[in-house]
Amino acid sequence: MAVSAGIYALMALGVNVVWGFAGMINLGLVGFFAVGAYTSALLTLKAGWAIAGGMAAATIVAAIVGAIVALVTVRLRGDYLAIVTLGFAETIRIVASNAIWLTNGSDGLSGIPGPGRGLLSPEAFNLVYLAIVGVIVAIAYFVNERLRVSPFGRVLRAIRDDEQVASVAGKHVTLFKVKAFAISAAALGLAGALYAHYTSYIAPDIFVPLFTLYIKLALLAGGLGNNRGAIVGAFAVVFLLESTRFVIPLVPGITPVQGAAIREFLIAALLIVMLRYKPRGLVPETSTRLPVPPVAEGYQPTA
Amino acid sequence: MPSLADVGQLLVNGVMAGTILAVPAIGLTAIYAVLRFPNFALASHATIGAFAGYVANARLGWPLLPSVAIAFIVAGGVGVITDETVLKRFRPAGYITTAIASIALTIALENVVRFVFGNELRGYELPIQRDWRIGAIRVGPQQVTNLAIAGVAMAALFGFLGFTRMGKAMRAVADNPMLAAIKGIDADTIGRIVNFVGMGLAGLGGMLIGLDTTIDPLTGFRSILSVFAAAVVGGLGSIPGAVIGALTVGIGEELCLLFLSPDYRSAVGFVAILVVLTLRPRGILGQRAY
Repeated sequence: MAVSAGIYALMALGVNVVWGFAGMINLGLVGFFAVGAYTSALLTLKAGWAIAGGMAAATIVAAIVGAIVALVTVRLRGDYLAIVTLGFAETIRIVASNAIWLTNGSDGLSGIPGPGRGLLSPEAFNLVYLAIVGVIVAIAYFVNERLRVSPFGRVLRAIRDDEQVASVAGKHVTLFKVKAFAISAAALGLAGALYAHYTSYIAPDIFVPLFTLYIKLALLAGGLGNNRGAIVGAFAVVFLLESTRFVIPLVPGITPVQGAAIREFLIAALLIVMLRYKPRGLVPETSTRLPVPPVAEGYQPTA
Repeated sequence: MPSLADVGQLLVNGVMAGTILAVPAIGLTAIYAVLRFPNFALASHATIGAFAGYVANARLGWPLLPSVAIAFIVAGGVGVITDETVLKRFRPAGYITTAIASIALTIALENVVRFVFGNELRGYELPIQRDWRIGAIRVGPQQVTNLAIAGVAMAALFGFLGFTRMGKAMRAVADNPMLAAIKGIDADTIGRIVNFVGMGLAGLGGMLIGLDTTIDPLTGFRSILSVFAAAVVGGLGSIPGAVIGALTVGIGEELCLLFLSPDYRSAVGFVAILVVLTLRPRGILGQRAY
């Protein structure tokens, strides 16, 4: 459970770059997650790559795909990005379910190697994996924090708040947006690879739009544009998901399908409520202010 | 090598599919034209319409036409209610937040349907009819009925927009909301009407799609990619554009069967979106509503 929270946290951090900083919409983040998961799984299973190599490749492939998706839509109003990203995720799922020669179709890929799986006891494997995920989340958090206060992050927030002003200030808005999208997609791809090697099994059914909502909810729970919040939010969402999994079957007189329906409904409803009443999240972004230099001696403001 | 008759058959199928697709695509584009956000909740309303028609047709034993009308009315009614209670409050926050809320709404509603009806595939009670043969081309009578229903719905819509006060007011708001407000057109009323008509068309479209095959809680979501593709290809916000876009996507999806496996059909919509956005970002007909 802590491992999946870590993976969610990594995704929330990635999404924070586009949604929180740059104010761009990505309704297909599960598509990038799937690209990363399949890339790494296929490279390690079929091409015999090392796990680390597969993960690196997953990150890079997802980043490239993200850049392409962003390039097509970035000059248009943001609602096209919403449509294209959603369509992208659906298309990835369709391809994954039908390219049987490559992905084994809806049966999914199983037996994806994990670091030390088989050599270690399941508990030890979990601990080792938790350490790996923890380190990666820590790195992602650090990079994201640097990004936030760096000139790059400032430009992204400027674009979010007013695109025209940013472009008048001489910033190449398109380029910044594409870069932000690629960085975000890279994090999602890496999260996908981590997921694949952890569970050892992936199938198209996992990559449903509901997953996208989980991450949006995690980010909102923690606070949009706020990296520490992204991690806290991810843990909160995983806790919610796991606890409802145990609580709902205790309700008498409902079938498993109805239980699953209640759970998904609750998640969606919660997201709507959060968006409505806390659109910047529970812990809003604190604006990073640069210290204002003291007024020079003898300076007289002109009236 | 595909014969000419095969191509002809696919073209006929494509026109049939495209005409049916045009119904929800018009709903989507009309809502976009007036309210200015891509409403992903269309998917669940198509499902709700399909299930409302199913209850009328298979459970209550109504004939086809009243069932189709029920699909329109129920989906339209739910559309007005969900917009009033949920989506309307998001609109001041901008289209990004509203779009995310609409996708959350669609998943919530889909699960309401799943809670009541379960995940099983369901079929309508329809008489089984032999296909008609015209030369080498086969046409199912049910397809022709669907085509006629879709055609009548579209004709009614164009009549509504062209000749009634409400329809003209709707076009005015789509064209220039500020000017429309100065002329005393109440944007809230227009918003409700466009939601009723738009979501009603979505529900009707969902039922028409279901008549050919079966329905389940994911009926709407599965077709949403093609619906959005149709609207974007024709020009998001343009109602005649949605018809042309739907025919393009419908025919494209069928013709791709010549060299692709049928499972990839819905990916064609995505490719069409990418091509159109790259070459002609405002779609074939641009954004004028009518």
